Amino acid sequence: MAESVATRTHAVDLPPERLVHMYRQMLRIRHFEEEVDLLFQAGRIWGTFHLYIGQEASAVGAIEALEPGDYITSTHRGHGHSIAKGASIPLMMAELRGKETGYCRGRGGSMHIADVDAGNLGANGIVGGGIPIATGAALACKKLGNGRVVMCFFGDGALAQGAFHEAVNFAAVFKLPVVYVCENNQYAMSMPVTRGLGSTDIVARAAAYGLPGVSVDGNDVLAVYAAAKEAVARARRGEGPTLIETRTYRWRGHSKSDANRYRTRDEIEAWKQRCPIRRFGDVLSSMGLLTEADRERIAGEVEAEIRDAIAFADSQPDPDPAELADGVYA
Amino acid sequence: MREITYAQAVREALAEEMRRDERVFIMGEDIGVYGGAFGVTLGLVDEFGPERVMDTPLSEAAIIGAAAGAAVLGMRPVAEVQFSDFLTIGADQLVNQAAKMRYMFGGKARVPMVVRTPAGSGTGAAAQHSQSLETWFMHIPGLKVVAPATPYDAKGLLKSAIRDDNPVVVFEHKLLYKTKGPVPEEDYTVPIGQAAVRREGTDVTVIATSVMVLRSLAAADRLAEEGISVEVIDVRSLRPLDADTIIKSVCKTGRAVVVHEANKFAGFGGEIVGTLVESEAFDYLDAPVRRLGGKDVPIPYNPQLERAAVPQEDDIVAACRSLLRESPRWRVRA
Repeated sequence: MAESVATRTHAVDLPPERLVHMYRQMLRIRHFEEEVDLLFQAGRIWGTFHLYIGQEASAVGAIEALEPGDYITSTHRGHGHSIAKGASIPLMMAELRGKETGYCRGRGGSMHIADVDAGNLGANGIVGGGIPIATGAALACKKLGNGRVVMCFFGDGALAQGAFHEAVNFAAVFKLPVVYVCENNQYAMSMPVTRGLGSTDIVARAAAYGLPGVSVDGNDVLAVYAAAKEAVARARRGEGPTLIETRTYRWRGHSKSDANRYRTRDEIEAWKQRCPIRRFGDVLSSMGLLTEADRERIAGEVEAEIRDAIAFADSQPDPDPAELADGVYA
Repeated sequence: MREITYAQAVREALAEEMRRDERVFIMGEDIGVYGGAFGVTLGLVDEFGPERVMDTPLSEAAIIGAAAGAAVLGMRPVAEVQFSDFLTIGADQLVNQAAKMRYMFGGKARVPMVVRTPAGSGTGAAAQHSQSLETWFMHIPGLKVVAPATPYDAKGLLKSAIRDDNPVVVFEHKLLYKTKGPVPEEDYTVPIGQAAVRREGTDVTVIATSVMVLRSLAAADRLAEEGISVEVIDVRSLRPLDADTIIKSVCKTGRAVVVHEANKFAGFGGEIVGTLVESEAFDYLDAPVRRLGGKDVPIPYNPQLERAAVPQEDDIVAACRSLLRESPRWRVRA
């Protein structure tokens, strides 16, 4: 009950079209991921990737609190962050297919999608590896006095990495404009937070650095938005970093090799009942902003968009092996 | 030309680059009022203030990673890692992040950062403060690695590194900080990717890095008294490597000794030998190539042991002498 009241309160300061946009963004992530999974099963995407299904409210809620000039760093589970930051889905799809016209010219793949000019400083194959990078980007923003903020995503697993401690302490010392968003999806690969962390009170760590810490329901996009908005405003005011925990759940396996031996079907089902997209759709419907027909129409539009992106990627050229070494050095 | 120390030359390069370019700043542990563990940055905070001469927390991953993140946004950070041994603590940020960002992102990012770090043995600091790890980083595409041996190069190569659009690791040997040499007061750079012939000779080429250049030059003086003419090449840019200068010299002398402080096993010397035997120099070799490198031990504390662990002037003299004995001029040139 408390959650739905909070949701309605948060919703008030956003115009209806923005709310519907957020709903659509979550749906775009969901459909993108579902199609990526199908393409992999059909042998049309190779390598590896990590699906974000179930966590969409975290990326969309947090990134909607940023301004267009702001920056993000992402993780190995980064498709959702890219889409929420405004990435082109055709270019993402082309990258996953290893195409020359993909975001990274087919050199990066799923774990390295980046668009520096658009403020996406990259997904990252190293757990916790993006935290110092985000911190340095925030240092640059502060030095340049450009008023921009960096939002740094990482998972619960990264809390066990030394880079987390080093970078967050560094940012606290210099009061850098960065928002650390820990997406607690309950598992670091197969290790549950209850076994992998000395304390599952994730935001209690913030106090150790003299920072505010806020834990929110990561499946409530407006709760995430509200927490992120406050943290972004604080960062922009020059008051330093905030640590946010978004409590969520990944529906699919860690990656393609995951047989889900470490959790029960009941647990997964229970979290699916808390689907962040259906839940937000219901909130918007109850507010009179979305009819059942609207929801169907949006779903159809999103499906068509992803279908077109797949067709686009199909038509794109592979990189030329003669250009193998392009981009090693500037 | 006036003479200053290697440490002063590094400091001068940092100061001049900070004056020249607003985007340049330096950060590291105790580099402000303290002046850095070797006094290299002493006084810089007085001119540039704590915003541009940043004392950081004791966090190598954060220092190197923050440099990378700031560089991607257009700053030109120079990070000091207090001892090169500590590069291992921040290695993810250098090897997996900074070095690869540009390539992973499809050639669409620039990472103009420098990591400066004191390396090498000879100060009694023992196994965790005395290593020569340059080969680790030479192995990584995306990084450039330089090791200046003279005050002139310390200034000129650091300036090139700061102006380079790629991550550059600068290894400064601790024993060189107090050495003096001519350094112009005006702005100049030493291009990355060019070796220097420090002494011309005809009998044997000694290919040396960092402090070994000084030992090789001293060895060459002694060998000259015995009638052996030694050419000494200061590699100075380890990656990219100026193979041409090395190959050309060995074609002329027909004999080569490679000398570096880092462990001989799987070391830089092997790369030089490989470069030579894959090149036209192979046909000119009158004797097997000699490699002198660190013994396969951690650097020990006791000063006699410490000296014994890495090549000394006597070792270079002995290696050149024995090469000449094995392939005397009268035999090979007949």
